[in-house]
Amino acid sequence: MSAHRILRHRDIPNIASLETYRANGGFEGFRKAVAGMQPGDVLNEVKLSGLRGRGGAGFPAGVKWSFLPNNLWPHYVVANADESEPGTFKDREILESNPFQFLEGLMIASYAVQAHDSYVYLRGEFWQIAKLLDGKIAELEQAGLLGEKLFGTEYSLRLHTHLGAGAYICGEETALLESIEGFRGQPRLRPPFPAVYGLFGKPTVINNVETLANVPGIIANGSAWFREQGTEKSPGVKVFSLSGCVNKPGNYELPLGTTFRELIFNYGGGLPEGRNIKAIMPAGASSSLITADDRALDTPMDYESVAAIGSTLGSASVIVLDDSVNIAWMVNKTVEFFKHESCGKCTPCREGTYWMSHITERIVKGEAGKEDIDLLNSVARNMQGKCLCALGEFSTMAVVTGIEQFRADFEKLQRS
Amino acid sequence: MNQLLQKYPQEIQAVLARYPADRKRSAVMPLLHLAQQEPGYITKQAMLEIAEILEMPVTDIDSIVGFYTLFHEQAEGRYHVQVCTDLPCALRGADEFLRQLCENIGVKVGETTPDGMVTIEEVKCLAGCHRAPMFQVQGDGDISYHENQTVESAAALIQDLRNRKEAA
Ligand SMILES: Cc1cc2nc3c(=O)[nH]c(=O)nc-3n(C[C@H](O)[C@H](O)[C@H](O)COP(=O)(O)O)c2cc1C
Ligand code: SF4
Ligand code: FES
Repeated sequence: MSAHRILRHRDIPNIASLETYRANGGFEGFRKAVAGMQPGDVLNEVKLSGLRGRGGAGFPAGVKWSFLPNNLWPHYVVANADESEPGTFKDREILESNPFQFLEGLMIASYAVQAHDSYVYLRGEFWQIAKLLDGKIAELEQAGLLGEKLFGTEYSLRLHTHLGAGAYICGEETALLESIEGFRGQPRLRPPFPAVYGLFGKPTVINNVETLANVPGIIANGSAWFREQGTEKSPGVKVFSLSGCVNKPGNYELPLGTTFRELIFNYGGGLPEGRNIKAIMPAGASSSLITADDRALDTPMDYESVAAIGSTLGSASVIVLDDSVNIAWMVNKTVEFFKHESCGKCTPCREGTYWMSHITERIVKGEAGKEDIDLLNSVARNMQGKCLCALGEFSTMAVVTGIEQFRADFEKLQRS
Repeated sequence: MNQLLQKYPQEIQAVLARYPADRKRSAVMPLLHLAQQEPGYITKQAMLEIAEILEMPVTDIDSIVGFYTLFHEQAEGRYHVQVCTDLPCALRGADEFLRQLCENIGVKVGETTPDGMVTIEEVKCLAGCHRAPMFQVQGDGDISYHENQTVESAAALIQDLRNRKEAA
């Protein structure tokens, strides 16, 4: 396999040290941008690369950056390091083991939109990572890579970490902004969008950790280099978090467009002896379930192809379910998660997740009848399209697709 | 007298410097983390002091503390052992792991050991799903991850926590 582009610490073990990172081309992209490129040219190169957001929605990063109006200042960039989707553990590895590449990406993004203060929002459990980043930021200040008049130009930049305190909803970008501003992490009504009214009411870019970690390579080596991997519409490599019923769970950096079969069987070592694959959840607990037939297994993992089989790639947290797993049990687990994490701001989500959890609990305990399966289905369908943010919608995905594809699993647990 | 301000003057200055001068309340979460370090929970006194420093209503601070799960409103065990039983971990035996661990230690989920040292809790995904069973330990102003655990290794670690006297 070719050298890693994001998980570079696997090839260069000591890359978390500034010296090693710089000896391997680190901060060349940032220097090139600040000392030799107009902000608009940096933005354009990222646009040309076709880099899509790695946090879930797959929105083109360069296009997002270009939405910031030039008559409203200051601008902010916020890195989303909340990583809380069940099955997702890629940002954590990047932050722990290749932190400078992420920070450099954040710095280049800041230059591109001319932000002078940028923030990293970390989930509260990443306490030690926040300490680590604080140390790395201090090193960059000492090395003259952060601070005033960088590379002899007029550009100045400071980075700050902000630690959350345990709330999945803070990964949703507007809840995240509320949380930095010192409020409960509850989503804002949109419009206005963060590009215009973001952090402290100012134009703001929010990008995922992995998205930003892709940026230094694009600036240092050009967008054509970035496009060498992946597909036309989903260019580049992606870090896939593989978990569940596989022999070798872990993060795998592979070109977008790699098939599920390759990830699960070639890289992930397949399933334990005697087990067969039953279903795949490609986007963590928020997934629409995929029945793991041959067609699904041979589907390339890029944004378009996964959508074409009725699911979403999301943040590419691939959870594998084998034939020992009852789908109703799985649905109960995901619904429990969303009930716990619903911020309570809107009624359909607050009440809906409560009822779904109540019903699935009864189903797995063998206390429910056929009418309860239909009730569960109708509660989920009634929530769809009525929630203020995507969490409410996410909570219904496994329920609806689970009943659709594996109704027998629910009926099996019915009271007799 | 604002004890928090007296105790952590530099830390508080550094925190405030991260945010625009007219956006002081942004510092509320960092200050709550600071206030929780020693007692292990947020005291009413700390809330009043933070409200004073940030010039915001104490009722807002109360509601923020209630919203975020890592802020504790009352004294529990000095260490929170938080075992993940979310879907990916559960697929690798986390539910059974937690059940056996509780049996081994002799407390139920949500309970604290009689010496007041360790509270066992069940939590959602901690971004360590590939190394289940796993848990985090919150206490003494730190959060540490413990992954690829067995009931024996976890019970030994808990015993170790219970033997600690002084804050690390
Ligand atoms: C409930 C919810 C949770 C989310 N959690 C995260 C998260 O933990 N990390 C993340 O990067 N994006 C998360 N997102 C997506 C963000 O709202 C946002 O789209 C993303 O950070 C944008 O970055 P990107 O364009 O680089 O992907 C979440 C969205 C929702 C609705
Ligand atoms: S959908 Fe759920 S999480 Fe989103 S705002 Fe409404 S209650 Fe909060
Ligand atoms: S499900 Fe337990 S750490 Fe992710």
